[in-house]
Order: sequence, then C-alpha cells, then structure tokens
Amino acid sequence: MLPGFGLTLGVTVFYLALIVLVPLSAVFAKAAGLGWDGFVAAVTAPRVVASYKLSFGASLIAAAINSVFGLLLAWTLVRYRFPGKRLVDALIDLPFALPTAVAGIALTALYAPNGWLGRLLEPLGVQVAFGPLGVLVALVFIGVPFVVRTVQPILEDLEVELEEAAASLGASRGQTFRHVILPVLVPALLTGFALAFARAVGEYGSVIFIAGNIPLVSEITPLMIITKLEQFDYAGATAIAVVMLVFSFVLLLIINALQAWSSWQTGRAR
Amino acid sequence: MTSLSVVSSSITQGEQGASRFDGRPATRDPAALKGLILASSMAFFAMFLLLPLVAVFAEALRKGWAAYGAALWDPDALSAVRLTLLAAAIAVPLNLVFGVAAAWAIAKFTFPGKQLLTTLIDLPFSVSPVVVGLIYVLVFGVQGWFGSWLAEHDLKVIFAVPGIVLATIFVTFPFVARELIPLMQAQGKEEEEAAVVLGARGWQVFWHVTLPNIKWGLLYGVILCNARAMGEFGAVSVVSGHIRGLTNTLPLHVEILYNEYQFAAAFAVASLLALLALVTLGLKVWVESRSGRPKPGNSQSASNSNLFEAISP
Repeated sequence: MLPGFGLTLGVTVFYLALIVLVPLSAVFAKAAGLGWDGFVAAVTAPRVVASYKLSFGASLIAAAINSVFGLLLAWTLVRYRFPGKRLVDALIDLPFALPTAVAGIALTALYAPNGWLGRLLEPLGVQVAFGPLGVLVALVFIGVPFVVRTVQPILEDLEVELEEAAASLGASRGQTFRHVILPVLVPALLTGFALAFARAVGEYGSVIFIAGNIPLVSEITPLMIITKLEQFDYAGATAIAVVMLVFSFVLLLIINALQAWSSWQTGRAR
Repeated sequence: MTSLSVVSSSITQGEQGASRFDGRPATRDPAALKGLILASSMAFFAMFLLLPLVAVFAEALRKGWAAYGAALWDPDALSAVRLTLLAAAIAVPLNLVFGVAAAWAIAKFTFPGKQLLTTLIDLPFSVSPVVVGLIYVLVFGVQGWFGSWLAEHDLKVIFAVPGIVLATIFVTFPFVARELIPLMQAQGKEEEEAAVVLGARGWQVFWHVTLPNIKWGLLYGVILCNARAMGEFGAVSVVSGHIRGLTNTLPLHVEILYNEYQFAAAFAVASLLALLALVTLGLKVWVESRSGRPKPGNSQSASNSNLFEAISP
C-alpha cells in the first residue's frame, strides 16, 4: 500500500545495470573473444603466474598478521584503559579513509633505506621498500581495520559471567581463553581474515609505490593488468581481470557464509 | 551497526566497558600479560597507522611552509582540486539518489529476486579498482563497444573527464545504499503506512516521515561515499590518461609529482588528502555520537556486514 515501488525499483535496476552489470559483462565478452587457448596462454604466462604468487601469498600473510594484531588491538580497546584510547580507536579506520596513493607514498617514505623505519632495518640487512616485503607492509596497512572491527563488537558483547564461571570451575586464564573466549571469536576472526585477504588481493594504489615493481619479483596482479593495457594488449588484460573477478566472486560467497555463521554463533553464545 | 558504530560505542561506553572486565578478578589479565598485549598492539598501531600519517605531514613540510604553499597553489594542483571536487559532486548525489531508491524498494517491499539484488548492489566493493578502470576502457575505449561511435561524434569518455566520473561512481556505488537498507529494514514501514492512511502523498511521506528517521544514516553514507570519491586512485588512474591540468585528480597529481621526484610537493598535495581523511574520521565519530546507534552486536549481523563498504581498495 505504500507508493513508489515501481519507481524506486525501476531506478535501482536501471542504474545498477547501466553502471555495474553491463560494463562488467564487457570483461567476459572480451575474454570470450580470446578463445580457450588464448585465454589459458594469457593467464599462465610466467610473469603473470609470478604475480599471482606474490599477490595471493603476500595477501594471505598480511591477513594472517592482521588477524594476530587485530585481535590484540581489539582486546586492548575493549578490555584496557589507557590514555589516548579514543584517538587510537578512531584512527583504526584510517586505512578506510586515507586515499591509497597517500598511504603508498607515506609507507615508502617510512620504509625506504633512508626513511625513519628503513634506516633502522637496513643495518640488519632487511630491505623493506622496493621489494616483496614492501608489498607485504602495504597490504598489512590496508587490512588493519577489518579484523579489529569484526572482533571488537563480539568481544564487547562477551558475558563476563562466562569467564567467571570458567574461573570458579578452576580454569586458568589460558584455559579460559582457549576454551571459552576463542571459540566465540573464531567466526569473526575468520570473517576479518577473509575480508582483509579479499581487499589485499585487489589492492593497487598503496602497493605500487613501495613494491619497486620488478618483473617476476615484486609485480602484483593488478599491476599486470595495467602493464598489458599500456602495451595495448586489451585481450590479455581482460583475461587476467576475469581470473581476479572470478576469485573475488568466490571469496564474496565465502565471506557471506562466514558472516552468517558469525551471527549465528554469537546469537547462540548469548 | 557499522565499523564506526564500534567507535562511538567505545567512546560512550568504552571506559565503563573496560572497567567491566578490569574490575573483576576472573576477567582481569595479569599485569605482565596486560603490559605485553598493550605494548605489542600499540607498537603495531604506531608502526602501521600513526607513523605513516605523521610522515605525510613531516615530508610535506620538509622544505618549509613556502614550498608547501607553492605546491598547493600550483595551477596543476588547483585544477586537480577542481576535478576531484567535480567528480565527487557528480558521483555522490547520483549514488545518494540511487541509495535512497534502492533502500526504499528493498526495505519497504517484498519481491522475487530481492536477495540477489541486494548482493548485486554490493558487487562493486569486491571488484579490484584496476578492473573497474578496465571495464570502462572495454566499453568506451577506442577499441571498445562504443569506441567508433564516440569517435564519429567527437566524444571522449576514456582519457577524459566523463571516464573519471564514471569510474568514481562505480567505486562509490554501494556506500549510501548499504547504509540505508539495514537501517530502513530495522525501522519497518508502520510509520509510512500511518501517514498514507492519514492522507499523505508519496513525496510527503518521504520528506516528513522517512527522511527524519534516516537522516543520520544518510549523512554517514554520504561521508564515506565522499571520502572514497575524492581519494580513489586505481580505477581513476586507468581511465584518466594522466593529462596534467585536464584529467588529473588529486591522487593522480600526487603520483605524478612523486614519480618526478618532487617529493615535498607530492607530500604537500597528499597532506590535503590526509586532512580530508582526518575530517572524515572526525565526522564519522560525530555522526555516530549523534545518531545514537544501537550497541554493536545487538543488531542483526551488526558487527561486520557493512565492512564490505571498504572491501575494495
């Protein structure tokens, strides 16, 4: 009985098709024109395969690092009092708000051999900027908020009584954490991990400045698309894009399932 | 409800929340453990969040305030500011109208394919920005679907302003809709139905009943949408062609200066964008405190559904 259904649904579907669906279909149409053999050749070239290894490998490691430190940060923000807490809490979202190009040059300045942090690492023989480690650092930066923001609300909702019951039954702090707290956090941790991973695989702006972009060593997959485009190899660029799109669609489904599990689990825990 | 509601809740309830755990023997961590956790999380925070932010401003002012001012007052920088504002001024209102329309249709009505539509609205967040640029090149580029037609009519989309605007619209597509759909679903439609029964027309219902209820969520979505619109790099980079003074947005101008080894100027322009980020974070916290969102975790799948907002770079 409310008015406006036809109008709003029409606007929504039309705009969605115009901006998103029709242009996205161009990728698959173009890739289809390549033929199966051409497609396989394009997506399995040695330089491209090297870029998958770096992009997926570094993204996995970055997401793992973010899971550990994201949990520590969330724990700190929920359970401890310390000066500057509000500022820390607000700045957790910085990677969402800071343009990636700015993050990229700032991290490069910090981790370059003459930078504030690079200067300390160089005597140790660790070169971060302009190599695979630089890619990792940039991917850790952009993934920080995901795990913190998925775990934090679950930690906040945790019943104190659960831990008190565990303690009164003779469990140590470590046992309580392992058997009472951690199981409740697992779905949220996995969701945060998957979100950080998905974001890291597609990331471009913050990585290219610090990566050094050495062929076969520190080129990420999105950069391969750019490289192909600059050589006017549109079909090759499109083939790699199809690989990335299919991967992110699959990850999107996994994340949806994880989130459903997460809300089910917390619903049960309460 | 979103990542930021976490911020507000920690601000309004954080101290009390922390003492909830700190004040009881069963949930209090031993001092040594607490020190270790606090130290390692703060070291991580400093290394990956605080220092990069400080570095932007430190590098920007390395050659003094005069050089800083000169970098910002440069004609190419000013034209980049204008183009960035233009792209945001087109993308944000369009996505705002779309977001309200989508939320109205999805939250107030039931129809087949609703779940699919909701998922498709999220799609742009899971597409790599470089791929976003690529799809518009495939549609509007010289070899693309409409390439020859555009050339015949002397129209330019790729390597021109329309391409930049399109790419910006794509990457900021879901922000407002994602914010409004769960909000309007939670509010239901009883108030609107009452207004209709009392004789209000469609637009009257929207302006006088719906809008006051969703204004903070709307503002929140617009703030996030705007930040992303002004800061987008990858997608815009592919379609821009990097023509100085013509198709350079602020993030692209930062890249050009940086690649020309004009580091102080690059960081000066970058500091503008960093300020924008800080203002965005401040506004988010403010909107959170004003809107009185429910405590995170209490609403459905509250914790993380909207983290999709930021999934793509």
